[in-house]
Amino acid sequence: MSDEFEDDFSGEIKRFMFVNRKAPHGTIYALESLEVVLISAAFDQDVSLAFLDDGVFQLRKGQNANVLEMKNFAPTYRALEGYDIEKLYVERESLEARGMTADDLVVPVEVVDRARMAELMADQDVVMSF
Amino acid sequence: MAYEVNGITVETDEEGYIEDLSKWSKEVAEIMAKEDDCELTEEHWEIINFLREYYEEFQIAPAVRVLTKQIGKRLGPEKGNSKYLYELFPYGPAKQACRYAGLPKPTGCV
Repeated sequence: MSDEFEDDFSGEIKRFMFVNRKAPHGTIYALESLEVVLISAAFDQDVSLAFLDDGVFQLRKGQNANVLEMKNFAPTYRALEGYDIEKLYVERESLEARGMTADDLVVPVEVVDRARMAELMADQDVVMSF
Repeated sequence: MAYEVNGITVETDEEGYIEDLSKWSKEVAEIMAKEDDCELTEEHWEIINFLREYYEEFQIAPAVRVLTKQIGKRLGPEKGNSKYLYELFPYGPAKQACRYAGLPKPTGCV
């Protein structure tokens, strides 16, 4: 493949985690986070996403945002794999508190408990919270 | 700016992207291409149609390298490379092809 048009982002690879804690609609946080994640994919960094608290609703199947006159961007999480972003962590306690399981989510995720989530966060170079 | 196509007014933003995606038609793409002195061939339509399907499925316009990779998977390596896509769409495959396809500008595209 020709590299003529490819940008060369050589340099240190950092571990970025984007932490999502808010319900998908009603505020702009979830959508803004997703946009930053998509942009970050262009820079060949080690990117992961974490979903905690009401943030787990962002991944919920069967959202109808039309009544809110918002765009339903849940399908976009399924595009992340094509951007080579494959590490999606969901906190077990947050899911359980909302009566949900991994089967209720639009994408395959890794469900981790709170202690493991804390370890994952501690391992990052950069944690961005939305 | 706006185009009049089959009695429908299709408005675009300042960069030429369609405001209301539902108003897109093949004729709109052809008019946009003509303005750029570009004649749409079957090869162009392969990419445009792919972009519309991608948007339908994921609700975003793909970044150029995602587009390149996916085209390679679907249409083969001789089409899934920057050179081929830039020959078809010299203003940039994501920018120009997305505009013809009636999609918004790809996220992160400046």
